[in-house]
Amino acid sequence: MNETAAQPSEIDLGLNAEADQYLTFIMADEEYGVDILRVQEIRGWEHVTPVPNTPKYIKGVINLRGTIVPLVDLRERFSVESIPYGPTTVVIVLKVVGDEKERIMGIVVDAVADVYNIEEEKIKPAPDFGSVVSIEYVQGLASVDESMLIVLDIDKLLSSDELDAIART
Amino acid sequence: MSVDMSQFYQTFFDESFEGLDIMESGLLGLDIGAADAETINTVFRAAHSIKGGSATFGFTVVAEFTHLMETLLDEMRDGTRMVTEDSVDYLLKSVDCLKELLTAVQNESEYNEAFVEEVKAGLERLLHGDDVPVKVDGEVSDSSTSKPEIKGWNIEFKPAEYLLKTGNDPVRLINELSLLGKIETVCCIDNIPLFSEFNPELIYLSWSIVLHGNVQKEKISEVFEWVDDDADIVLTCIGGEQEQNNEEVSGVEVAAPVAPTEKIEVQAPVEKIEASLKSEIHDTDKKSSLKKTPKDQSSIRVSIDKVDDLINMVGELVITQSMLGQLGENVTPDSIEKLQDGLAQLERNTRELQESVMRIRMLPISFAFQRFPRMVRDLSNQLGKEIELRLLGEQTELDKTVMEKIGDPLVHLVRNSVDHGIETPDEREAAGKPRMGTVELNAFHQGGSIVIEINDDGKGIDKDVIFAKAVEKGVVNANDSLTDEQIFDLIFAPGFSTAAVVSDVSGRGVGMDVVKRNIRELGGTIEVKSEKGKGSTIIIRLPLTLAILDGQLIRVGADTYIIPLISIIESLQVKKEQISSIGGQAELYKLRDEYIPVVRLYETFGLKPDSEELVDGLIVIVEGDGSTAGLFVDDLLGQQQVVIKSLETNFRPVEGVSGATILGDGTVALILDVSGLINLSRQSSERAA
Repeated sequence: MNETAAQPSEIDLGLNAEADQYLTFIMADEEYGVDILRVQEIRGWEHVTPVPNTPKYIKGVINLRGTIVPLVDLRERFSVESIPYGPTTVVIVLKVVGDEKERIMGIVVDAVADVYNIEEEKIKPAPDFGSVVSIEYVQGLASVDESMLIVLDIDKLLSSDELDAIART
Repeated sequence: MSVDMSQFYQTFFDESFEGLDIMESGLLGLDIGAADAETINTVFRAAHSIKGGSATFGFTVVAEFTHLMETLLDEMRDGTRMVTEDSVDYLLKSVDCLKELLTAVQNESEYNEAFVEEVKAGLERLLHGDDVPVKVDGEVSDSSTSKPEIKGWNIEFKPAEYLLKTGNDPVRLINELSLLGKIETVCCIDNIPLFSEFNPELIYLSWSIVLHGNVQKEKISEVFEWVDDDADIVLTCIGGEQEQNNEEVSGVEVAAPVAPTEKIEVQAPVEKIEASLKSEIHDTDKKSSLKKTPKDQSSIRVSIDKVDDLINMVGELVITQSMLGQLGENVTPDSIEKLQDGLAQLERNTRELQESVMRIRMLPISFAFQRFPRMVRDLSNQLGKEIELRLLGEQTELDKTVMEKIGDPLVHLVRNSVDHGIETPDEREAAGKPRMGTVELNAFHQGGSIVIEINDDGKGIDKDVIFAKAVEKGVVNANDSLTDEQIFDLIFAPGFSTAAVVSDVSGRGVGMDVVKRNIRELGGTIEVKSEKGKGSTIIIRLPLTLAILDGQLIRVGADTYIIPLISIIESLQVKKEQISSIGGQAELYKLRDEYIPVVRLYETFGLKPDSEELVDGLIVIVEGDGSTAGLFVDDLLGQQQVVIKSLETNFRPVEGVSGATILGDGTVALILDVSGLINLSRQSSERAA
C-alpha cells in the first residue's frame, strides 16, 4: 500500500513528495525519462517473434503473461545506428493511452538509468535542439544534477496512428 | 440510504428480452380457435413478469403497455375471449412494440411514439369492443398533450411513522417526483419529539411539495403507488380547477404534537436535513445520477450442470496439484514414475477444464433460430406465399460470439429464400409442386465445425441468368466457361443482385457479399447448391469457437508459424518435374490435374529460409476464400490446438496474419491468414511483374 508514498525518502533527489516520478533510460548516450506510472515492468532482452511486413523498428512480439505485446526498438525508431543487444539492453513495458484504448507496448533501450522526482513546473518546453528524438515526441526538458533529461511523450511516440503512418510510407 | 436500483437494470432487461422471445414463440404456436391453455399461460406469465419488473423499476410506459396485453391475455386464459387471428396479430405487434419500448428505455433513447400509440389503441379496441375506440383514442392523445391549464401541483405528503419499516424511503419518492418537473420542498418538523423519545426508525417529518409543470395526476399517483396505504397524500392542482385526491388515505394519524419549547432545540439539525434533501433533489433534477447504465454489457445464462462440472474439475485439479507438490518435495529415483503419472493426470485435468470452460460459452443454436418462425410468418403474409418453416437440430451448440455474428447473415439468407426462392402458390401449383413451400433450417456438428443448412424447395437459382448478369456487370467474360460452383459463387460478388425488382423484403443494403464476408471473418465458409426448379441449399460451415483453433505448426528458417488446419488440403514433398513457371516469375505446381500457384512464405514475409530450393522443403496446399495456393515452407512441426490471441489489442492488424498464440515454451507464434497471404503474394508478384 504505502510503497509509493515511502519511495521519495529513499531517493536522494526525492525532496518533494508531490513531484512526479520518472524512470529514465539511456539511448545513444542521452538520458530520457518516462512517467513511472506508465511503466508496467522492465525486462531483459529475450527472444521475440518477428512480425512480417512491419517497419524494421518493430522488433516483434513477446508473450507478457498471456498477452501479445509488440516491442519497438527506439534506436531504430529514430534511425540511430543500432548496437548489438548486450546484457544491459532492456525492454521497458509501457502503458500507452491512445484515443480509443490503452495498449501495452515495449520499448527496447540501451539501459535503464534511474528514478527521479521532478516537479511538474521544472519540466521546461524543449527548444528544437537536434536531439536524437524528434521534438514532436518530447514533452519537455528537465535538469537533474547538472545533466539534462529529455522527458518523452510516449502516447504520441507509440500511438498506433504514428506506427501506421510510418508503416504505410 | 436507498438502494441503487440501476444495478438490477441489466438483469431486468435480459429477463425481459428473454420473456419477449418466449411470448413470441408462444403466440406463434397458438392455434387459432383452439388455443392451448398452457401456451396462453406461458405467454401470460412472461407478460406478467415484464409488467411487474418494469413497474418496480419505474419504467411506467412499459408497465402500462404490458398491462393492456396482460388484460387481453387474461381474458383469453379465462376463456371469456376467443383467440382470433386478429388478436394474435395484435399481440405479436405488441411484442414488437414492447421490444421497441424496452430497447428505448435501455438505451435511454426515444421510441417510436406513433407506433406504440397505434398498437396501444388497437389493444384497447380489442379489449373494449368496437364501440369505444373513439373515446379511447381521445384518451390516448390526452395523456400526451392535454390540460394545458395545469401549472403544477401542491402535494401534502405525510408518511406514516413506520414508513421506513416498509422499505420505502421518502427521499427516494421526492427524488422521483423531481424527475417529473421542478419541485420545491418544505419540510414540516412540528412532530419531532423530545430527543429522549426520539426513535430513529420512525419518521416524524412531513413535506409540502410544490411540483411545477404540466404533470398528469396519474404520474404523481404512480410515484406514491407503493406508499398509498402508509401515508396521507393530498394532491391539489395549481392553476386549473382544484382537484382533490381521492387517494387521501385515512389509515394513519400522525404522532402527538410536541411542545414548542423543545422544537427549537432540534430545529437546527433538521434544517440541515432539509438542505441536504434539497441539494439531492437538485442533483437529480439534472438527471445525472440515476441514468447511467452500461449499455452493451452482455451476459450469458449458464445451466447449473455446466458450472457444477467446472467445480468438480477444479477440485480434481487442486488434488493433482497437491499430489505433484508433495512428490516434488523429495524427488527420489523411485518417485519419477509417480511424477510422470501425476503430470499425465495434470494434462488430462487441464484439457477437461479447458473443454468445460469452452462449453460455458456454448449455447444451443435455437437462440439464433427462434426469430425465424415470426419472420417467415410475416414475410409470407406480406408476399402472399404459403410457407412452412422447419427447424432441425436446434439443440446444436455453438459459441456465443459466433452465434451473435451469424444472426444477421442467416436472416438475410432466409429472407432471400422466402423472397426469391419460394414461388407464389399459383406458380407452384402450375409447376406441379404442393402449394405450400418449405424452408428448412438444419444445424449439426461435423468434425470441429458446425454446419448450418438453409434448404428451400423453391424455383432454384438459374445459372444462365446469373452468368448473363455477371457478364453484364463485367465480373466475368462471356467466353469464360465456369463450373456450376463458380457460377453460384458469383452471387457473392460485391454489387451483384439478381433480383429484377428490389422489393421491400430484399435489397435492404446487406448484400450477399456482406454475408460472405461476415462468415469469412468468423473463419467459416459458405457454399451454394441449387437445381433449377427444385430448390436451393446454402451450406454454412463455421468453427465451433473463435477462441481455439486446430493448427499445423510449420517452420520457415528460425520462425514457427501456424496454419489453421481447416484451410489445409494436403502437404506434400515437391517433385521437380511438377513445377513449371510462367514468364520466369510465377511458379505453378501441378497437383494431379490442377495447376496451383506456389507462394514462397519466406519471400512474402521476408524471412531467411533453410533453403530456397523447392525440392528441399515442403509444400502445404491451402485453400482460403475460394482460391488455392501451395505454401512453400521448410518443415512441418506438429499439430496442436492453439488459443488465439489478438495482435490488435496492443498492436495493429498485420496482413497475412490473423492472430498470434503462445506455444508451450512461452514464445509467441503467429497464425497465418491464408486468404490474406494469397492476396499478399499476388500483390507482390504483380508489383514485381
